[in-house]
Amino acid sequence: MNQPSTYNDKVVRQFAVMTVVWGIVGMLVGVFIAAQLIWPNLGWEIPWLSYGRLRPLHTNAVIFAFGGSALFATSYYAVQRTCHVRLFSDGLAAFTFWGWQLVIVGAAITLPMGLTMGKEYAELIWPLAILIAVVWVSYAIVFFGTIVKRKVKHIYVANWFFGAFILTVAVLHIVNNLALPTGLTHSYPIYSGTVDAMVQWWYGHNAVGFFLTAGFLGMMYYFVPKQAGRPVYSYRLSIVHFWSLIAIYMWAGPHHLHYTALPDWVQTLGMIFSIMLLAPSWGGMINGIMTLSGAWHKLRTDPILRFMIVALSFYGMSTFEGPMMSIKTVNALSHYTDWTIGHVHAGALGWVAMISIGALYVLFPRLFGVKEMYSTRLIEWHFWTSTIGTVLYIVAMWIAGVMQGLMWRTFNEDGTLTYTFIEVLQFTQPYYILRLIGGIVFLSGMFFMVYNVYKTWQMAPKKASEVPVAEPAHA
Amino acid sequence: MSAFWHWFIVIITLAFTAAMVWLFIATGKAKVPSGTNSEGKETTGHVWDEDLEELNNPMPRWWLWLFYGSVIFSLIYLVLYPGLGRFEGVLGWSSQGQYEQERAAADAAFEDRFGELVALPLEELALQPQALEAGRNLYRTNCSTCHGSDARGARGYPNLTNNHWIWGGEPEQVWTSIYEGRIAAMPGFEGALDEQEITRTAVFVQQLAGQSVDSEMATAGRRHYDLLCAACHGPDGTGNPWLGAPDLTAGIYTYGSSIDDLRYTIRNGRNGVMPAQRDLLGEARSRLVTAYVLSLNANGSDG
Repeated sequence: MNQPSTYNDKVVRQFAVMTVVWGIVGMLVGVFIAAQLIWPNLGWEIPWLSYGRLRPLHTNAVIFAFGGSALFATSYYAVQRTCHVRLFSDGLAAFTFWGWQLVIVGAAITLPMGLTMGKEYAELIWPLAILIAVVWVSYAIVFFGTIVKRKVKHIYVANWFFGAFILTVAVLHIVNNLALPTGLTHSYPIYSGTVDAMVQWWYGHNAVGFFLTAGFLGMMYYFVPKQAGRPVYSYRLSIVHFWSLIAIYMWAGPHHLHYTALPDWVQTLGMIFSIMLLAPSWGGMINGIMTLSGAWHKLRTDPILRFMIVALSFYGMSTFEGPMMSIKTVNALSHYTDWTIGHVHAGALGWVAMISIGALYVLFPRLFGVKEMYSTRLIEWHFWTSTIGTVLYIVAMWIAGVMQGLMWRTFNEDGTLTYTFIEVLQFTQPYYILRLIGGIVFLSGMFFMVYNVYKTWQMAPKKASEVPVAEPAHA
Repeated sequence: MSAFWHWFIVIITLAFTAAMVWLFIATGKAKVPSGTNSEGKETTGHVWDEDLEELNNPMPRWWLWLFYGSVIFSLIYLVLYPGLGRFEGVLGWSSQGQYEQERAAADAAFEDRFGELVALPLEELALQPQALEAGRNLYRTNCSTCHGSDARGARGYPNLTNNHWIWGGEPEQVWTSIYEGRIAAMPGFEGALDEQEITRTAVFVQQLAGQSVDSEMATAGRRHYDLLCAACHGPDGTGNPWLGAPDLTAGIYTYGSSIDDLRYTIRNGRNGVMPAQRDLLGEARSRLVTAYVLSLNANGSDG
């Protein structure tokens, strides 16, 4: 024990590299299915390449493979640094890496085969769902085990968010996946009808709230102050927005089921708590952006910081848009249109992907034992492709979505509908092309990243030196 | 909803909201650990990973009021609309009620406009421009997906403009096709005929439509036709609208005219389905659509 302890950066490195790989795979599938919406025959009538099978592959790949790997990498990195200890268990950490990759490969095989549970964002068949549960519990043990053996008394704010994300996702995943298997690849959920729909959207919305929000806020709380070299703006704000965010999110799911068989009172509760969620969500944006006070000039020269600040801006924008869309009157227009797709991508591309990419650019040089990334200029390029790609995407979907909603509800004087479904599709097509371009632009940036990471890796010293655990400060 | 669940929902909703407000107020007043960083700013005194610190700035006032405002809005909303368990809200709104109200208004407007018109016999209705306009609009949103925007049909879906009718072109017959729907029942003869016999039968069917074909094969096919097909399609092939058996002498085919298409039809049968509009469009609107479809054939074109 006298030997100086080091951080376990191997598992971080593995997850970080796979984040880039799965990011490209997931976005490539996204670009392909975006093209299918313009050219429906793309896929050559091969069932494996049909839209219905590839769409869940796209969502699973970007959320759980790309986003998940980014969260594993950054949480393992941050929890060690902010607890001043090595990970609780190297073996279990390695298991989470290989187990998670197995889940992803399993998804990439079963989804194109058409094997699905049929629940959005929870499509994977029960054997894979069980594997996820096992990996996730191991993740919780590694993470909380590290917290328990920390050398500093106070737990850093990033770890509150990572911890809430890990705990809640375990509960969400297990409850929503409860099912009776009827074969190796088939099962029936234990819920039925409206209850099943409500459990599904309780899960679905909190997957957004905890996987895509709380987890990435944890990432933000470590990497933004680190990269800016500034203290977190407000401790009180951290406390209030943390507790209110995780508590109120739990109520918001029913807004996915407005004007359905779900009883009105449940819809109302889903709506009002979605509106109450606006301020708690913005707390994270304020805390992140205000952390830059005194460091604004760094934005001019540091594209990594720019990634983070733009991510926070998109986060603020989509967390304003979400509560607004949860209002019944707005939802009556926006639901079932491409506006929803635009909203999701403002969050997924603008917030989740951009904060992850920023964090990865901070991580890679440290993981490879070099001072900085091979090329700042390429990061700059990546920043612009990401930003422009996201803006093209969401603007296209806003116009398409709002117009779809309006065209579907336009009546003639005689009470008949003015537009046929096909006319609405015809109207939408140019915006689908614009969306495809946005997606391609965003994806192209990922290739700058691959090259940059590869060149940085080449600069790494032959024998990677382990990073010793830092002594806790005694203030 | 039982009294227990009613109060359960009321209490957790209000108590939770109160707890959130308390969180905002209490944290604003709470004492937090304090220290000073190297810049002389007030921090919590904690330092992680060499340089991570937290300032003790107050929460932005506008942000606090954003939250309190959303709480006030929500509480007012809960008074006005159903949300707190069994409490229905003082406005008496419900989504079912809203639907019924809008539906009733639409039906009343429709009755006003078309009430007397749709009582006309179909032949006369098909001459009323106002009815045809509405019938066309209904056709576009309800029928064009299968029969096409121009009503000329598509493979598997009959052309509605050529005055050629499978189930009969009399106004009452067209009305029945639309209002009650149709299910075609052409059986497959795979068990009764071998491939060569199927081909011969198909060749004879081509001859019925006036095509010049190998007469030897057609003659051979005729035997199978007389035995298996004539019962429905008639000895002369002119069909039977009461059974929905198409006229085979017209050379108009729903499922394609090639020899392979005909062979497939004879081998596997065809079971086209026209869905009944009784429960979809209802009687009055179905009459408007019928009038529109009749008007498409009014010139007696032969397609």
